[in-house]
Amino acid sequence: MSDVEVEAGSRIVGAGIARHDAVEKVQGQTVYAADFALPRMLHAMLKRSDYAHARLRGVDVSAAEAIDGVVAVYTAADVPQNTVWVDVPGQTLEVGALKARSNVLADEVVRYHGEPVALVAAESEDAALAAVDAIVVDYEPLPVVDDPEHALDDDAPDLHESGNLLAHWEIEEGEVEAGFAGAAAVVEEEYRTQFIDHAYLEPEAGVAWRDTDGVITIRAATQVVEHFRDVARILELPDNKVRLITPYVGGGFGGKEDMTVEPYLGIVAALTGRPVRMVWSRQESLTARQNRHAVRMRYRTGADAEGRLVAMDIDILSDGGAYALLSALVLLYSTTCAAGPYRCPNVRISARTVYTNHTPCSAMRGFGGMQVALGYEGQMDRLARELGIDPLEIRRRNFVERGDRLPIGQELETVVELPALVEAVGERAGERPEPSGPRRAVGRGYACNLQSYGRCIWLNDWSSAWVGFELDGTLVIRIAVPDIGGGQASSLIQIASEVLGVPPQRVTIHIGDSALNPLTGTTTATRQLYMSGNAVLKASRELRDALAGVAAGLLEVDAERVEFGPDGVSGGGASVSFEKLLAAAASVDVPWHVLATHHAPKGIPWQADESWRGRVFPDFTYGCHAVDVEVDLDTGGVRLLRYIAGHDVGRAINPVSVEGQIEGAVAMGLGYALSERIVFEEAQNLSTTFSQYLIPTAVEMPRIESLVLESGEGMGPFNARGIGEPPIGPPAPAVAAAIHDACGVALTELPFTPERVATAIAVAGGGDGAG
Amino acid sequence: MEVGFTLNGKARRLDVPAHWTLLRMLRDIAGSTDVKHGCGEGVCGACAVLVDGVAMNSCSVLAPQVDGATVETVGGLAAGGKLHPLQAEMVMRGGVQCGFCTPGMVLSALEAVRIGAAGSDEEIRHSLAGNLCRCTGYGKIVDAVAAYRDGEAPDDVPADAGEHEHRPEGGGSAASPGVGVGH
Ligand code: FES
Ligand code: FES
Repeated sequence: MSDVEVEAGSRIVGAGIARHDAVEKVQGQTVYAADFALPRMLHAMLKRSDYAHARLRGVDVSAAEAIDGVVAVYTAADVPQNTVWVDVPGQTLEVGALKARSNVLADEVVRYHGEPVALVAAESEDAALAAVDAIVVDYEPLPVVDDPEHALDDDAPDLHESGNLLAHWEIEEGEVEAGFAGAAAVVEEEYRTQFIDHAYLEPEAGVAWRDTDGVITIRAATQVVEHFRDVARILELPDNKVRLITPYVGGGFGGKEDMTVEPYLGIVAALTGRPVRMVWSRQESLTARQNRHAVRMRYRTGADAEGRLVAMDIDILSDGGAYALLSALVLLYSTTCAAGPYRCPNVRISARTVYTNHTPCSAMRGFGGMQVALGYEGQMDRLARELGIDPLEIRRRNFVERGDRLPIGQELETVVELPALVEAVGERAGERPEPSGPRRAVGRGYACNLQSYGRCIWLNDWSSAWVGFELDGTLVIRIAVPDIGGGQASSLIQIASEVLGVPPQRVTIHIGDSALNPLTGTTTATRQLYMSGNAVLKASRELRDALAGVAAGLLEVDAERVEFGPDGVSGGGASVSFEKLLAAAASVDVPWHVLATHHAPKGIPWQADESWRGRVFPDFTYGCHAVDVEVDLDTGGVRLLRYIAGHDVGRAINPVSVEGQIEGAVAMGLGYALSERIVFEEAQNLSTTFSQYLIPTAVEMPRIESLVLESGEGMGPFNARGIGEPPIGPPAPAVAAAIHDACGVALTELPFTPERVATAIAVAGGGDGAG
Repeated sequence: MEVGFTLNGKARRLDVPAHWTLLRMLRDIAGSTDVKHGCGEGVCGACAVLVDGVAMNSCSVLAPQVDGATVETVGGLAAGGKLHPLQAEMVMRGGVQCGFCTPGMVLSALEAVRIGAAGSDEEIRHSLAGNLCRCTGYGKIVDAVAAYRDGEAPDDVPADAGEHEHRPEGGGSAASPGVGVGH
């Protein structure tokens, strides 16, 4: 376990400072997207499809338009550019060249339950609601595709002109069959994961208005300020005529990565010239917003007698739902991570994602890299049992190390602290608890993972930040970062404060505005602290260097000896206030601010050629988790007793925020493991309320203990690694392992509901002798 | 119809359609956007307020039902420029992330401590079962409530973020003493 060298003068980075946004949130002062209002504001609502697949014979809006207070009713024909094209990256030409279409409002055909068909704008919410009800849609139902296994069959209806194959990735390294031939043990299993919802507490919402110079301004809950460009395309406006502002967002988790309310707000504001608000109900959010991909994985894994992996054959089929969105990229993450954090010389991975009439699937925390953890970790546990090796020991024998290449060809550049994490988590776990009564069995499970941070490097990612002083010595950061609750803004304050000496409470950060603040990219892909943190760090250091030169003259010391403190600069026994320093800087034409840009590593994009191998991501974060469960052998209920989550975060900028990310992601992963699922019946979504879609409450959650290791290696500011997504991978496989440890049943399909656990126990003989 | 009630210590008389929920009246007429709409079906607890001291989901109460009652929202808790001690604990211990569950969570927790339903971590968890949080995993919220119950709260935390001092040692909570290898 490597120690971190604490940088000389480190004072703010590494401290669990109270977040400025928390002080306001705890008093209810934060003006979230739905809390904002403008005079004469209209209320917009969507008419959504009742069918999962149907031809629209007609959409009659006349009765709706006649309702008092209704200002406009729009259908596809009214939208300036109704079709949105998505680039679908893929390995082969047949898919690689594909541009996938989705529509702002359904055009001729609806392809999922809840797809927007018409857009209403009215003087009141009640009038809007009445108008939505009064729209008459004439549907001609079409056969639904709801089984991805059959989506590619010859007789399956094609949901898009390009067919039902949305994207696929294929990799083959080494001699896979020869590898299996030499294996001492081969285990084969099929794993299934379910659709889930992000279920952030804040439903999708926003307000829009036409501002000075015709700029359509949208203030909405989003993770992506850069959607102003997408809205501009839809409105057929130049990019610089749309502005997007993100207030503090009430949770994102990938669900506010694709657009939600933005296009509809833009349309109403542009076409009516009136301010407008749109707020989705929880039911709309659960019915129609994109989900996490359900995935079917077949794993065949071989190892030698010592447990060293010799071959893997992995087949992944994911259900992309009705439109492309980010499915191809999500699948790339699955492909990259499919073999787990393990070395294996012979690997074949075939990954496909297909169209069905399910709700479109797209980004969610873990983004394709997390589903496969159920597969690769399930296989390690099976091999461990088959070969009689301790589950942590077999992992230890196979962990990747710095310099190794993943099957996709990416070389690991930073340290892989998995051995230290396994050690620390195993030690912390200590003695196993005792069962609380008869017919109850206790078990422990472990799981490890890797998850990338930063966007796919082919996207040439960059982040900009502006850092500047005010004359009174306060500091301003301007950066269009969306803060979705993870402390994105407050961590940037810490970084600037660390470098420039100004205490955090005297730093103000202006976030999330595409017009006034430098663009810094999306709050997605565990990239925000990594990217915008580096940009703020660079700007702060450049500002410090420039001002240190001025200070050196005033203090009569070398620039390197100038110290930046809360009230000003000092050195050589003298000190100068910021006010004086800034005045002196102005007199010699040294500006008080710096605009800096950080660029992510670059790489050659995947070529339409099976031999391509290369770097896909900047870097990875690794983790090892342990869970203790108690299984009720009669009801199949699984109680979580204790949870330990260990990660190497490189450097914790704010330890409280780091723990918060770990604990929150683990809780989400435990909901995935045990209770959450979207139930579809013939592609009709049946999980449309919070009483049907069960996210964990405080009662089901155990105490989650974060074990934070700081290797001092990572590509973020001060060598931090990203931690927003990585901890969501291990919980499901860890719980699967713990249930097996408790009662001997090996579950392969999520979620592990009491029915499934009880059935498996009954099939296995009732759990006698378990524990 | 007219509804007369006390909102955070101030007498209010509001004209409201009889079928409106308390949540809608508070947000759309009274301007109390500190009360959050998370589900509208009585499950998430984001809309919780105290009605005569009892935590209720305001989306599931009709506005006329509070006629003559005292209603408290999270925006009324801080006093004299200082956060309420439970608010201070929530901030200091990382119980607030996106903050959308926070107003309802704080009010439910306040009621739980006041009626003695927060004696242990398990009791706190049961008392908060009607308040969903998707960000925190609940541990830091439970810690904050326990600390408030035990009177550990600093009672002088400014309600203005700009005056906020950071807690210099920061870092690990009691539950995770291993935080910060190398510090
Ligand atoms: S909004 Fe009232 S309980 Fe969710
Ligand atoms: S802090 Fe985001 S829902 Fe609780």
